[in-house]
Amino acid sequence: MHARSVIVVGGSLAGVRTSQALRAEGYDGRLVLVGEEPELPYDRPPLSKGALRDDDVPVLLTEADAVQLDLTLRLGVAAAGLDLADGCVVLADGDRLPFDDVVVATGSRPRPSPWGTPPGVHLLRTRADATALRADLRRSGHLVVVGAGFIGAEVSATARALGVEVTLVDPLPAPMSRVLGADVGGIFTELHRRHGVETRLGAAVADIESTPAGPRVVLADGEVLPATSVLVGCGALPNDDWLRSSGLEVADGLVCDQHCRSTSDERVHAVGDVARWWHPRHGESVRIEHWTNAVEQAAVVAHNIVSPDRPRAYAPVEYVWSDQYDWKVQLVGRTLGAPVRTLGEPAEGRFAVVYGAGDGRLGGLLAVNWPRAVVAARRAVAGREDIEALVGALQAVGSRGR
Amino acid sequence: MARIRANLGLCQGYANCAIEAEDVFDIDDDGTVVVLRSEVPEPERARVEAAARTCPVHALSVE
Ligand SMILES: Cc1cc2nc3c(=O)[nH]c(=O)nc-3n(C[C@H](O)[C@H](O)[C@H](O)COP(=O)(O)OP(=O)(O)OC[C@H]3O[C@@H](n4cnc5c(N)ncnc54)[C@H](O)[C@@H]3O)c2cc1C
Ligand code: SF4
Repeated sequence: MHARSVIVVGGSLAGVRTSQALRAEGYDGRLVLVGEEPELPYDRPPLSKGALRDDDVPVLLTEADAVQLDLTLRLGVAAAGLDLADGCVVLADGDRLPFDDVVVATGSRPRPSPWGTPPGVHLLRTRADATALRADLRRSGHLVVVGAGFIGAEVSATARALGVEVTLVDPLPAPMSRVLGADVGGIFTELHRRHGVETRLGAAVADIESTPAGPRVVLADGEVLPATSVLVGCGALPNDDWLRSSGLEVADGLVCDQHCRSTSDERVHAVGDVARWWHPRHGESVRIEHWTNAVEQAAVVAHNIVSPDRPRAYAPVEYVWSDQYDWKVQLVGRTLGAPVRTLGEPAEGRFAVVYGAGDGRLGGLLAVNWPRAVVAARRAVAGREDIEALVGALQAVGSRGR
Repeated sequence: MARIRANLGLCQGYANCAIEAEDVFDIDDDGTVVVLRSEVPEPERARVEAAARTCPVHALSVE
């Protein structure tokens, strides 16, 4: 009998956590982690926050950890494809790694800048991206951030703390309004303005031009914003191109069932930003680009590989945090519906907004500097409680003060 | 027994741990983790270790 073999493709958060969880579940066969980036796996959230100040990026796995896990690292080489008939992962250097199960954990990449990336224009995903942006920010001057999503908002906040002038541009009317809605997003417009950020919201970018003095951003209304550096943060795309030749169903991520197994082949599992799976509570397929999702999904996938006869369905409550100035921002569940209640005082920097799901039920919660509200909301969403039950619970935890 | 340690200096109050294992971790009003049970029996180790791994800032360890 041959020893079992699991190949994990993607050497970052989702891949590392799946490898660790496999061993914790008692998997004792061969385990290989393939990663395109040559360096040891590191954590991405600091790249838009502390790492732009002090270059400090925590490593997710050391060489010693890998030895202890009996995990073989193949870093600095991309997987080029999956040969399902032969049961092999095919690497870019031609190597073929036979598998019994394969974990697709190849994450996502920034949506390319529609205006190119001339000198001084940055995208932000990798440690090298952060180092390059940090070097530009240290030369101070003026940063224009195109895209007021989470990453754009965080980089604006970090840059202000470094004393850099910032202009934040987005075609939408407010920061993070795709997730929060325009009204609640407006609270964040005020936050950024209070910290000295210039905003151009509801403003489309026509072009980014390269000049000897640096890049400049041209808006659709003709305004020109000169800059020392520009960050383009316009969302992310799943790294699923390498799977196209495999014949697996790929549609904005690797398409999986509720057990995070490919709908086309049960030996193939997906975790993290690249996974599109059937979420049983929502009754639709979803893909989530959040840290905690990768960690929780890794535990489920590891379990399902070790115990395929008793697979667990994956139905998480969405959760993401973001740090902007002195605001610890946390989002629980889905905030796509309408905001129905605000508790606490936005002006005092401690508040929560409850969102409906559209059908009168509870959807999710935005909390600022109020972690206990987050705990209550995660339970309420998981337990399908109604809006009033959560509001009651929040009033109870809120009354005990900060 | 598995012993649980929290580094309160590192904790950022993300509350992941309290959601994964609400009988072991809680969050106080300042948003800092509270370890409700500092020791758990061996059979519970795997579950508590899994909860500790959900901490984004590596503030939790299980010995
Ligand atoms: C700047 C920034 C800030 C963030 N901040 C937060 C935050 O505050 N809160 C939050 O919840 N989330 C945050 N996130 C999101 C979070 O970091 C991601 O959800 C998480 O990194 C997903 O992990 P992953 O392993 O699925 O994907 P990734 O981290 O993208 O890792 C995928 C890995 O696979 C490798 N790879 C790709 N293709 C191949 C291939 N063909 N072969 C081999 N290897 C391959 C890549 O090089 C990469 O190393 C942030 C992300 C960024 C970029
Ligand atoms: S998960 Fe980590 S940071 Fe969050 S509350 Fe628990 S110990 Fe603190």
